[in-house]
Amino acid sequence: MSVRGNSIFRDRWAIRCIALTAVLFVAIAFIGLVLLPLLQPNVKAAGLWDAICSAAGIARKPTNTTPVAPDFKISSVVVTPEMLDTADAQSIGRGATLAHQCAICHGPAGFSRADSPNLSGQYASAIYKQLKDFQSGARSNAIMTPFAAKLTDQDMIDVASYYAYLPRLPEDRTRQVIVAPQIVSNGAPLRNIPPCGSCHGSIDHKVGSPWLQGQPAAYIKAQLQAFARGQRNNDISQQMRNIARQMTPQEIDEAARYYSSLSQSAQLTGR
Amino acid sequence: MLTNKRLILAHFWLAFSVFGLAILLGAWQMLIRSPLHAWISNPEWYYRSLTAHGTVMGYVFPTLVAMGFGYAISETSLNQPLIGRRWAWAGFWLVLIGAVTAMVPVSLGLASVLYTFYPPMIGNPFYYIGVVLVVVGSWIWVALMSINLAAWKRANPDKPVPLAMFANVAGSYLWAWTAVGAALELLLQIIPAAIGLTSTIDAGLSRVFFSWTLHAIVYFWLIPAYIAYYTIVPRAIGGKVYSDAMARIAFILFLVVSMPIGMHHTFADPQVGAGFKFIHSAFTALVAIPTLLTVFTICASVEIAGRLRGGKGPFGWIAALPWDNPIMLAVTFSFIMLGFGGAGGLINMSYQLDATIHNTQWITGHFHLIFGGAIVIMYFAIAYDLWPHLTGRQLTNLRLMRTQLWLWFIGMIVTTFPWHWVGILGMPRRMAYYDYTNAALEPTALSVSISVVGAFILVISAILFFVVLLEGQRAPRENAGPYRFSMAVHPPVTLPAVLNGHALWVTLMVGLTITNYGFPVYELVTRSGMSVPAIYVGGER
Repeated sequence: MSVRGNSIFRDRWAIRCIALTAVLFVAIAFIGLVLLPLLQPNVKAAGLWDAICSAAGIARKPTNTTPVAPDFKISSVVVTPEMLDTADAQSIGRGATLAHQCAICHGPAGFSRADSPNLSGQYASAIYKQLKDFQSGARSNAIMTPFAAKLTDQDMIDVASYYAYLPRLPEDRTRQVIVAPQIVSNGAPLRNIPPCGSCHGSIDHKVGSPWLQGQPAAYIKAQLQAFARGQRNNDISQQMRNIARQMTPQEIDEAARYYSSLSQSAQLTGR
Repeated sequence: MLTNKRLILAHFWLAFSVFGLAILLGAWQMLIRSPLHAWISNPEWYYRSLTAHGTVMGYVFPTLVAMGFGYAISETSLNQPLIGRRWAWAGFWLVLIGAVTAMVPVSLGLASVLYTFYPPMIGNPFYYIGVVLVVVGSWIWVALMSINLAAWKRANPDKPVPLAMFANVAGSYLWAWTAVGAALELLLQIIPAAIGLTSTIDAGLSRVFFSWTLHAIVYFWLIPAYIAYYTIVPRAIGGKVYSDAMARIAFILFLVVSMPIGMHHTFADPQVGAGFKFIHSAFTALVAIPTLLTVFTICASVEIAGRLRGGKGPFGWIAALPWDNPIMLAVTFSFIMLGFGGAGGLINMSYQLDATIHNTQWITGHFHLIFGGAIVIMYFAIAYDLWPHLTGRQLTNLRLMRTQLWLWFIGMIVTTFPWHWVGILGMPRRMAYYDYTNAALEPTALSVSISVVGAFILVISAILFFVVLLEGQRAPRENAGPYRFSMAVHPPVTLPAVLNGHALWVTLMVGLTITNYGFPVYELVTRSGMSVPAIYVGGER
């Protein structure tokens, strides 16, 4: 046995193989990038070049027509993972002073029995986003909108940092724990509802989602209903509107009752 | 001439050990998402297990088998001691350290992102760093295979490279190049986000990079099985390779056409142009050529064995085959599973047909049938064939080996056929929880339950596999003689240089990667506004 030829690139077989591959590629590329786009009746190409660009995946420039504006204000806040994840003591201190005006509803230490959200230990980014949305009108509330209107951006950062700094109430281990309802632990995949816990804590936490444990049942229920009816629409990608719309009234009740039964309000109401 | 038996055994034992652990996770996953088990109420546990199962089975297990088998091929086929023994051990330790580094955060639930990474989800950086270490360890093997072949060629300038080594080095080059896609994704996009240097990620670009790795990696897993088809099976059943040239052409075609086809994994992705999807789809179809060449050549080689054993007539040779030989059984089962898996693959590679099974359980059924079935059963055959030469002890319990292979075959069919079926019914994949009381999923309940039975048959088969190997470790010492590969019926009198080296084929592989990936990657890199915020998993719960 022996090997024919020395340099494979001078080998006639090599040249044939390269030529064959090149012809194959050119033919396939011609079919994929030119022929098929032109033959497809549902592809509206302005011409040959447009068809090639489209098939090659070049992003089309947006058209000049103005997009249809929604009849409500959309949130302009971009929540990122590192948003407000470090707060300095001065900011927390300023926030504590500013928070006096919040205490009547949210409690002097960030929790109350007024069915308003408990804020102690809430994520700073979640509080900041809601304040911004109240200010911009993306979310509206007869009480919160006037409060938020007069806050500066730094004020909102400070208040958010202060409440995030406050400790969450520890779990009350003497209470019997309610078993998480299906909607919280499993969601309803066939209705496109992920488990509540996969964003709002217990299974996982996703950026921008508030911590729900111990929030008042009435508040959670009211918010889910508002999302479902489209009365609240400051969820950036419509995720809460899509979820709440698909939830049954019973599931809304179960989720609200379950979260309110955990730790914070349980201690507050002395149950 | 096997001189580094400890090195090769270390690779195989580590490979099969991690395989043994990961298959238990797989069976557990099948069970808890089936109607046979109450839902565990925490999807994170499921995804954690799934990430571990996929990472071990996809990156660690086959890589170690290819490395160990590659070292064995280098020493035996070239008949020269391995050059770079210490580097080989360094590679082994890198894979081991990498696997542990990756598995610790996964076990702690800090990186439940699944083994295909799925950005913009971002897990603990040590998971990705561990995977990178595994790949770097395997690249040492790639370099060593190249160096050993080059040294042999210098010493034997006029001799054709032995087929087994020719194929082995082709597989190593394929791996070196296909791993580059995932390496780019990890090093340029995911790890910077995981360690906090960036907080956004272009997930579309990531998916294109990953598709670069994702399809050809399957052929890297497949190459040891194909080497076994050509160079172990004919010898083990008393036949000869029908055509040495055909074998070489099959391997170089895999090298060239398995690379520029990965975008058939992104058929549903909006960031890739339809024209490039077509190009990748067409090149995927070309993979049928080396596959069918192999099916033809191996069937012909097996027929030669049957006729040499006295089989006559159009079908009489089949009855004359040594059916009590485990290698004969393994190749038969492997071909049946390859046939069904390949037929299913035709649907996946078609731009239009893919839409019917995209993101369904069909896909998971498909890759388990191809990899877990057709490929892994040949890994068992390789181990059975090689073990006596590595340990110096005979594997005598042929009956147990046959039972093990039968169970693996039956288990894989029972697992994956219903799995494909529920995919056709529209059952989505990558979900932890299925509500079988819902009318839309209720028809899948029986099939999913049958799959679970198959999964546990596979676990039993895996246990038997370990029993066979452990019995072998305790058997009396016996010299198995030199390790031999199959001979061709007509060893070529002269061999064209192109079938004796890899330079041309590596050039074509890289060239087609540039033509098929160059523009889409360039277009995505230069397009602005494509990044989305990273979603960190495994943080506060």
